Amino acid sequence: MDNLGTWIVWPILLPLIAIIPIFLRKRSGAANVSLVTAAAIVLAVAGLARQVLTNGEQSHAVGGWDAPLGIMLHADGLSVFMLMMTAIVGAITSIYAAGYRFQGGGDSGSSSGYFFWPLSMFLWAALNVLFLAADIFNLYIGLELLSLAAVALVTLERKRDATVAGMRYLLASFLGSLAYLLGVALLYTAFGTLDLELLGARIQPDLPTAVAIMLITLGTALKTALFPLHFWLPPAHGSAPTPVSALLSALVVKASFYLLLRLWFEVFPAALTPAIAQMLGLLGAIGILWGSFLALRQHKLKALVAFSTVAQVGYLFLLFPLASTSAGWGVDAWSGGVYHAFAHACAKAAMFMAAGTLAYAIGSDQLDHLAGTFQHYPFSVTALTLAGVSLMGLPPSGGFIGKWLLLNSALASGQWWFALVILTGSLLATGYVTMVLSHILLRPPDAAPIEPRNTRVSFTLEFAALLLALIALGLGLAATPMLALLRIGMPFTGY
Amino acid sequence: MELSALIPLLVLASSILPSLLIFFLGEDRARLRIWLYLGAEIVKLLLVVFMLEGIYLGQSYETRIPLLPGVDFLLRANALAMLFLMLSAGLWLVTTIYAIGYMEELPYHGRFYGFFGLSVTSTAGLALAGNLFTFYFFYETLTLATYPLVVHRQTREALAAGRTYMRYAVAGGALLLLGVVWLQSLVGPVEFTEGGSLVGRNLNTSALVAIFALMIAGLGVKTALFPLHGWLPMAMIAPAPVSALVHAVAVVKAGAFGIVRVVYEVFGLGLCRQLGVLFPLSLVASTTIIYGSLRALVQDDLKRRLAYSTVSQLSYIVLGVAIVGTASTIGGIVHLMHQGIMKITLFFCAGILAHTLGITRISEMDGVGRRMPATMVAFSIAVFGMIGLPPFAGFISKWYLGMGAVEAGQIWSVAVLITSTLLNMAYFLPIVYAAWFKVPAVPFTEKLPPGRFETGPLLLAPALTTALLTLLFGLFAASDFSPLQWSALIAERELTTQPEVLGP
Repeated sequence: MDNLGTWIVWPILLPLIAIIPIFLRKRSGAANVSLVTAAAIVLAVAGLARQVLTNGEQSHAVGGWDAPLGIMLHADGLSVFMLMMTAIVGAITSIYAAGYRFQGGGDSGSSSGYFFWPLSMFLWAALNVLFLAADIFNLYIGLELLSLAAVALVTLERKRDATVAGMRYLLASFLGSLAYLLGVALLYTAFGTLDLELLGARIQPDLPTAVAIMLITLGTALKTALFPLHFWLPPAHGSAPTPVSALLSALVVKASFYLLLRLWFEVFPAALTPAIAQMLGLLGAIGILWGSFLALRQHKLKALVAFSTVAQVGYLFLLFPLASTSAGWGVDAWSGGVYHAFAHACAKAAMFMAAGTLAYAIGSDQLDHLAGTFQHYPFSVTALTLAGVSLMGLPPSGGFIGKWLLLNSALASGQWWFALVILTGSLLATGYVTMVLSHILLRPPDAAPIEPRNTRVSFTLEFAALLLALIALGLGLAATPMLALLRIGMPFTGY
Repeated sequence: MELSALIPLLVLASSILPSLLIFFLGEDRARLRIWLYLGAEIVKLLLVVFMLEGIYLGQSYETRIPLLPGVDFLLRANALAMLFLMLSAGLWLVTTIYAIGYMEELPYHGRFYGFFGLSVTSTAGLALAGNLFTFYFFYETLTLATYPLVVHRQTREALAAGRTYMRYAVAGGALLLLGVVWLQSLVGPVEFTEGGSLVGRNLNTSALVAIFALMIAGLGVKTALFPLHGWLPMAMIAPAPVSALVHAVAVVKAGAFGIVRVVYEVFGLGLCRQLGVLFPLSLVASTTIIYGSLRALVQDDLKRRLAYSTVSQLSYIVLGVAIVGTASTIGGIVHLMHQGIMKITLFFCAGILAHTLGITRISEMDGVGRRMPATMVAFSIAVFGMIGLPPFAGFISKWYLGMGAVEAGQIWSVAVLITSTLLNMAYFLPIVYAAWFKVPAVPFTEKLPPGRFETGPLLLAPALTTALLTLLFGLFAASDFSPLQWSALIAERELTTQPEVLGP
C-alpha cells in the first residue's frame, strides 16, 4: 500500500470533520461523536507512526501543489511524538469530559458542557496542524486557531474568575501571536519563502533576521509561559473547567514550545549562540524554582497544580543550553527535553483530572477540605500520586527518563549549575506532592466519615485519570522504542 | 531467554506480581490475600536458595534489558548480592507472619500488604542490581513503596513523619543520582565488579573524591549516618511490622548495602585507599556509633531507643567497610545479616508489648518478664547479641571488626568499639533487668482476650524464630553455610583480585 502517504492528513481532517455532526446532532450525541472521532484519530496517528518508523520522514503536498505554492505537511519523529502525546491526552480527556458535569448548565449534554465538544475538536485540529506544518505561516495559522479555541474553552463555564483569567489569557496569547507574525513577515520579506527547509538554507545573519528571531522567540515564550512571562498561566489553568485545564497544561503550552524547538534547531540554529542559549536556560531554571516555590504556597489544589506547570515548563527550556553547546550530548538533552514534555503532558493531565474529581466530589478545592477523600476516591488519589511520581522525576516514570537524559547532558557538558537546578526542582516537587498527599490522606480526627457533596462521582472520571497516570508511569519503561521514534529526522547528524 | 537470565526476573516477579494483584482484591478477601502472599514468599525463598547454591558453585545469573541508549537495566547475582537477597527474602516471610497477627485492628490491609510487597521487591532489586543505574532505580522505588507504609495510620503525626521521610529520602536520592550521573559521564555505565570497576582507569582524583562523597552522602541518608539520621526516629510512627522491616532490611540496610557496593565493587578498596576517603568515612561511622548510643541512652520510649540503637549499629557495617583488611570486611558484611535478625527481634518484641499490654515506654516494663516470659527471652537474646556477648551472632560481628581494626593498626577504632559496647550495655541491660527482676508498679492492662499463649501465636513465633537464629548464627558460625562463612567467601572474592590492597 504505497498510497498510505495520506495517513498524514487524517489527524487534521478527522477532528474538523467531526465538528459538523457535532453541530448537527446537537446536545445528546456530541459526546459520542467526539469519542468515536477520538478513537479514529488515535488510529490515524498510530498508522502515521508506523509509517514513519518503517519508511522514515513523510512529506505530503496538500492538493498536489508543491512548495512554495501549496501547503506542505511534514512528519518526522518529533512531529509524530507530539501527535501521539496529543492523541493520548486528547482521547483520555474526552473520556473524562464525557463523565464530567460542567457548571452553569447541568451535564455534558447542555449548554456550557455542549460547547466543550466542538471547541476541543477544534483545538485538537489546530494542534495537529501545528505539529505537521512544514512552513512558518501554517505554523502561525495553527498557533492562532489554538489560541482562539483555548481562550473560549477557559471561559466555558461563564464564571467570573474564569472570565477574567480568560481575558488576560486572550491578551497574552494574541500579543504572543502578533509578535510571532511580525517575525514571520520580516523573514518572508528578507528571504522570500515560508518553507521551513528552504528558509533554513537561505537564512543570513543580519539585523532584520535577528529582530525577527527575537520577536518569534518572545512571542512563543510568552505563550509557553516561560518565566517571567508566565503571569497569565496559573489563573487561566487554575480556573478553567477541569478537562480544559488538563488540555491546556498538557498540550497547549507544549505547542508553542514545539514551535520554538523547530525554529531554533532547524531554521536558525546558527543564531543559537551560547549567550542566548544560556539566557533561555536561565529563565527556565528560574521558572522551575519560582513555579515550585509558589506551588508550595498555594491553598487550592488546582492552583497548586497550575503553578507546578510553570515549574515543569522550565525544564523544557533547559534543553536549549544543554543541546546547543555540547555536540556529543546534544541528542541526550534534546530527546530528554522532548521526553519530559510527553511525560509531563500525561502526568499533568492526570493530576488535573484527579484534582478536579476530588474538588467536584467535595464541592471545594481548598487543600484543608480534602481530608478523608482517600476513603471515597482511592483511584483518583492513586492517579494523583502516580502522576506526582512522574513530576518528581523518580523511577519508574516517564519524568525520570527525561530528567536522567537532561541531567546526563548537563554533567557531561560541564554545565553543573543546571544539574543542581534539575535536582532542586525534584526536591521542591516532592515537597508539594507530599503536601497535597498529607492533606488528602489525613483521616478526619472525629473518625466520622466525610459527607461528600456528590458521592456519585462517575467512575469514568476516576478511570480516565488513573489510565493517564499509568501511561505517564509506563513511559519510564518504554523509553527505548520511544526514543528510537524520536530520532527519525532529528536535527543532529551522526546518530 | 536462558534459565540463568530468567531467574533474577522471576525473583522480582515473585513479589511484585502478588503485590500488584493484592491491590485489586477486595478488602474482605483476607484469606485469599494471605495464601497468595505466603505462596509467593515460599516460591521466592526456593528461588533464592536455588540461586544460592548456583552462586556457591560458580554459576552466574544475569538479566540485561536495555532501557535507554547506553543504559541497561541489569540484574546480576554474586555472593554479596545473595547475602542481602537471602536476608530480604527470609525476613519478608517472618515479618509477614508477624504482620498477619498484628494488623488485624488496622484498616486497609490490601494497601498495606501491597506496598509491603513492593518494598520487599525493591530490596530484592537492590540486592540484584548489577550496575549503578539499576541500583539507583530501586533505591528510589524503595522510597516510594515505603512512604505509604510510614503514613499508614493516616494521623497528623504519621503524615508529618511521612513528609520528613520523603524530604530526607528524596534529597538522598538526588545526591546519589548526581554522583551516579557524574561518574557515568566520566567513564560510561558503571557495573559492579568484584574488586572494583574503576580499577586501572586513570581519572581525575578530585572528581573521584567528590563523586565518592556524593554517593556516600546519598546512601548515608538511608543508612542514617550522622547527621543525616533525622528521619529515622520520626518514622517510628509506622505500625510495628513496618518498623521491623525498615530497621532490619528494607530502608536502612539498602543504604548500608549500597555503601558496601560502592566501596568494594565500584571504587575498589585499593582506589578508595589511594583517594584517602576511607579515613573520613571511618570517622563518620565512629561518630555515628557513639552519637546513636548516647541518644539511645536518654530515650524512654522503647521504639525510639531501638531506633537510635539502629543508627548506632548500622555504622558498624560502615566502619567495617572503612577499615582496610580481610577481618574487618568480613565483620562489616556479616553484620548486614546479624544486625538484621537481632534488630528485627527487638522490634517484634516491642510490637508485642504494645499490642498485648499497651506498653510503649521503658518505664512501664518493670516485671513484664513474668507476664510474658517467651517474649522477654527473645528480647534478652537479641539484646545480648546487640551488646556482643558470646555465643550470640553480634559477638561474631564485633570480634571480626575488632580483629580487623587491630590488624590495620587503627587502635582508636577498637576504642570506639569498646566504648560503644559499654554504651550498649548501659542502654539495653537496664531494660532486661527491669523486665525480669523488678516488680510491676501497677497491674498490666490486657488489650487482648486471654489465650493459650502469652500473646497471639503469630506474633510470638516470628520473634522466637529470629531470636533462635541470633543464637544459631553465633553458635554455628564455623559451619559451612553460616552467614559468617558466606561473608568470608564474599571477602575472598572482593579482595583477592587486588592482593596488594591488603599490604601496609
